[in-house]
Amino acid sequence: MDLLEGNFELKEIQKLEGHTDRVWNLAWNPATGISGIPAMLASCSGDKTVRIWQQNSFDTSWECKAVLDETHTRTVRSCAWSPCGKLLATASFDATTSIWANVGGDFECVSTLEGHENEVKSVSWNPAGSLLATCSRDKSVWIWEVLPGNECECLSILQGHTQDVKMVQWHPFLDLLFTCSYDNSIKIWAEDGDSDDWHCVQTLNEASNGHSSTVWALSFNATGDRMVTCSDDLSLKIWESDPKATPPAEDGFTPWRHVSTLAGYHDRTIFSVHWSREGIIASGAADDAIRLFVRNEEVDGPSYKLLLRKEKAHEMDVNAVQWSSQETRLLASASDDGTIKIWELASVA
Amino acid sequence: MVRELSNKNHVVYERKKRRIHHLVVPADVDEYAIDPIDQQEVFDILKNLGSFNWIWAPFFFLIFVAVIFISLTVLHHIRDIKDPEYPYTLEELQVVTEDSVEINDKRSHVRVTFTPTVGNCSLAPAIGLCLQVKLMRSLPSRYKVDIRVAPGTLHNEAAVNKQLNDKERTAAASENPIMGQLVEECLAPTYE
Repeated sequence: MDLLEGNFELKEIQKLEGHTDRVWNLAWNPATGISGIPAMLASCSGDKTVRIWQQNSFDTSWECKAVLDETHTRTVRSCAWSPCGKLLATASFDATTSIWANVGGDFECVSTLEGHENEVKSVSWNPAGSLLATCSRDKSVWIWEVLPGNECECLSILQGHTQDVKMVQWHPFLDLLFTCSYDNSIKIWAEDGDSDDWHCVQTLNEASNGHSSTVWALSFNATGDRMVTCSDDLSLKIWESDPKATPPAEDGFTPWRHVSTLAGYHDRTIFSVHWSREGIIASGAADDAIRLFVRNEEVDGPSYKLLLRKEKAHEMDVNAVQWSSQETRLLASASDDGTIKIWELASVA
Repeated sequence: MVRELSNKNHVVYERKKRRIHHLVVPADVDEYAIDPIDQQEVFDILKNLGSFNWIWAPFFFLIFVAVIFISLTVLHHIRDIKDPEYPYTLEELQVVTEDSVEINDKRSHVRVTFTPTVGNCSLAPAIGLCLQVKLMRSLPSRYKVDIRVAPGTLHNEAAVNKQLNDKERTAAASENPIMGQLVEECLAPTYE
């Protein structure tokens, strides 16, 4: 199906209700939704809980399988599954990050990572599942090693952002860490040889055609050579790392450069952006809307164009949009209205 | 460490006479239609805000300091600040007036521009947070609320505006026990 031809609609499959406060974030379990394993997702909320939702294999409807409560004492801001799908990490305003293990369908908190001075805002697993990154309003980014028995040890504390750090995200297959911040910049961090020390290899800020206000989120395309970022400046930006266009540095790192800016599509803060495996960028914003973009193959046109606009996707701010990790056109969104919605991108006959 | 009130010589303005709304509902009116909200209504929600603000904010800060230093001097100053000389509301201090509320009901948008009484007011973020929380609780959820400091009235205006409109930071601040309590104290008289 050619994305540039034909009309598409975002069809609401189901609204998941249960959280009693705004839903901040959600994550699809990457080990589910294939080979007959029912799809699963986790969501986290201002109600201090995490909910696990699972698709029923008989009628494909979703239901809440578990409520993870009484562990975090404040808002749970972010959640992330380990690449194997067995562990779930949750970051909270209570300054801790918890790791949960799925033991025969029950979720148990197996580890608590303490160290940040105040609110932890995001957590991310590296592609091998051996490292975790967390970030906080305390302006620091911590890298943790996941040891046998799910114990975690802090390897490095990265200082460099001048304001709170909104999101951490590992590159899909390189051990490069990307962070974005209230200081309007995106930073890229790499390890120094074998010394377990990490340093900032590149900063993308306003001087590099970057954002002019808080950068809220980032996401990579399937091949890992492009990245999209979204901001309070109401724009999305596309970045590229191409060894042919920019020669790699001595350590093999290929710097990222700005390719394109998508502006004028949202009229309030853009909180979330996610790139699907087949190349569709979804964005969710405080204007309650979801937008979808695709690469424009026309020679003269801008490099990315709008595929679809979904006004009033939720009754309040859209805080997170996330494509299913499998080859399906399912999108999940989370909102201040306390609900999660599952959408299907379908073509209109 | 002694903290003085940022402005001892407040000018206190007379409360505005409240407008009386006459609700006449014609028989053929669609009862499910969304009621528009006007400027006066939002101002009514806000005007009693923070009659404690100017007294209690430094008071809480001082309690916090006192806990750290356990100093008699500080306690002495708490006693001084508790002087009931300033039982004022944001309206009486003209921090918010009816004109500082802009509404676009069609677009469900409210913008409140408040005026700190002095340019170095360190409590501006706290006042903004009170306004934000109060409106979030009082208005229907369809409303988008922006709070800002009146242009040119605060030396760190851009930083305060950015912070007030970062909902993650306002959410975290209102969950913070010290800040949360301060907000509740400021809002308490508005629920009476």
